[in-house]
Amino acid sequence: MRIYAVCVYVFLYTPIAIIALFSFSAGRSASQLEGLSVQWYGRALNNPFVMDALGNSLFVAFVSATLASVLGTLAAVGLQGIRGPARALFDALIYIAVMIPGIVIGIATLIALVTVFGVVNPWLEAFWPGSAPAPTLRMGMGSLIAAHTMFTLALVIIIVRARLAGLEGALTEASADLYATPLGTFRQITLPLIAPAILAGFLLSFTFSFDDFIIAFFVAGSETTLPIYIFSSIRRGITPEVNAIGTMVMGASLIMLVVAQLILRRGQKR
Amino acid sequence: MTKVAETFSVDGYPRESAKAVPGAVAELRGVSKSYGDVQAVRHFDLAIAPGEFLSFLGPSGCGKTTALRMLAGFEAPSAGTVLIDGKDVSGLAAYQRPVNMVFQSYALFPHLTVGQNIAYGLKQQRPKLPLAGINDKVQRVLETVRLADFKDRRIWEMSGGQQQRVALARAIVNEPKLLLLDEPLAALDRKLRKEMQIELQDLQRQLGITFVLVTHDQEEALSLSDRICVMRAGEIVQVGTPRELYDQPKSRYVADFVGTSNFFDGKIIAVNGGTGQISLSDGRSYRAFLSDAIPVGETACVSVRPEQIRMSDTQSSEALEVTIQNRIFLGEHTEYLVRHARLGNIAVMAPRQSDGRLDTLQKGDTAWVHWNPEAALILRND
Repeated sequence: MRIYAVCVYVFLYTPIAIIALFSFSAGRSASQLEGLSVQWYGRALNNPFVMDALGNSLFVAFVSATLASVLGTLAAVGLQGIRGPARALFDALIYIAVMIPGIVIGIATLIALVTVFGVVNPWLEAFWPGSAPAPTLRMGMGSLIAAHTMFTLALVIIIVRARLAGLEGALTEASADLYATPLGTFRQITLPLIAPAILAGFLLSFTFSFDDFIIAFFVAGSETTLPIYIFSSIRRGITPEVNAIGTMVMGASLIMLVVAQLILRRGQKR
Repeated sequence: MTKVAETFSVDGYPRESAKAVPGAVAELRGVSKSYGDVQAVRHFDLAIAPGEFLSFLGPSGCGKTTALRMLAGFEAPSAGTVLIDGKDVSGLAAYQRPVNMVFQSYALFPHLTVGQNIAYGLKQQRPKLPLAGINDKVQRVLETVRLADFKDRRIWEMSGGQQQRVALARAIVNEPKLLLLDEPLAALDRKLRKEMQIELQDLQRQLGITFVLVTHDQEEALSLSDRICVMRAGEIVQVGTPRELYDQPKSRYVADFVGTSNFFDGKIIAVNGGTGQISLSDGRSYRAFLSDAIPVGETACVSVRPEQIRMSDTQSSEALEVTIQNRIFLGEHTEYLVRHARLGNIAVMAPRQSDGRLDTLQKGDTAWVHWNPEAALILRND
């Protein structure tokens, strides 16, 4: 049993470890280790295409995680007040939303947005006031942020809901009993107590959006995010530079995940 | 004897009435509460006098907590009116009512310090109270509950008894019209509970705030309350002082729930003013006070408290012959369980006798018990 477990972990993590190891290669080959250096990290960080893609990724991740945290928290708090079959339906839909494969979300979002744009754009053109050319809606940052927000919204709702369910119902009653208005209770009691869950939800959403390739590939239009850049550069041949980028992304993601877990756990202890 | 008869007379009962009590600090008027098909509280009529310590007593699920929550504003009555200080508050939410509650779980805010918890209610007041005034009041109430040095402590650093006192302080600092206590001592161990009971009583007298306590512990209700409202299945069964409920229960349910008692089933064969004759299953007829107007021919029961039964090891004409089933020595008195051939088991509480004659009685021995008619009460079976 123990050997079996070891095998599983070796199988899981060896490729990742090799990528991290080869990113320190001094040679030009991504599959042969020829001395150690950090030159590929320097190359990657000086590559304007990489930095541009990184900027896009960070922007999309930050905006979509922020939107998802705010909207998800509001949704979770709102769902608290719903009971019965309606609640069960909402719960089921949220869990399904998390389980739907990224590729399905990607295709579905693409088709939906293209259809909507196809309807809206002629109207915009026809009724746009003034002489300036009417803006056209197209795939890009906006559609990418929207798609990521939709997916991570469900994550935030699930995390915040779990925390809300763990809160003692008597706390909000006690607050109301001590003359706090419903809004006052939310601001002074509920929000501080679910803050760790919101923050954890934000970090998970950020990580998801930052790492996502599949959905971005479908809906990003001409914009390039870091995962899309890595994918396209691999098609031109793997260099240790790709390994270096991958290692940095992985490191950043891991740190965010650990921080999110720590925040959640600290929050639960109280 | 005449005095007892007087208090037992049917007309002499204090009315636990629906009538508006002048100066009542709170009132439930014809209040009902149902959840779907379940009626948690039915036709509740109760006036609470200013400054009194009132308890809702009943088994779990009898609606006592629902009644309290309707006073607090957490539940809206399905029918009837809730009045506080003469004003109809039925439509007001909890945060608009001048009452405060001590929760069974204390419900202290875990992210705030002891001082911040206590100041919470004062800080919600509009127009805002001056900060110095708030700090002053918090400090004073901390001294009242003997936690003066704990102001900056975190809630989880406090023991159960201390948390209980913080919960109390957080409520009384607002000087509410009514302080509602939902089984506040249930989570404490026995010794601490006794201490807190005394503290609660002292506090209530010192502050003059009206206390409304919910409890299923009859001992707690008896020792703390000025008045007790005994409930069953959402209805008020009887309201009275602890002594009234113990000495003049109006039904078998109350006699059984408040203290312990022996009940013997029988049929009323004669009624004469406040007393009646009842024939029991041993074929003899017994005289006892009537708790209520029960007509001749009705089945009823006689209630005799264990401490009212005299036991002797010698036969006498009036006494009933019994066999000792069990005895429990409790220091100043001894509890016996004895069995009469027709009447069944009888609990007897015998004080320690100086001659120690009863001490030799063992399981299986024969003894004789009897009680005075003044100590027996005919109750409706309900």
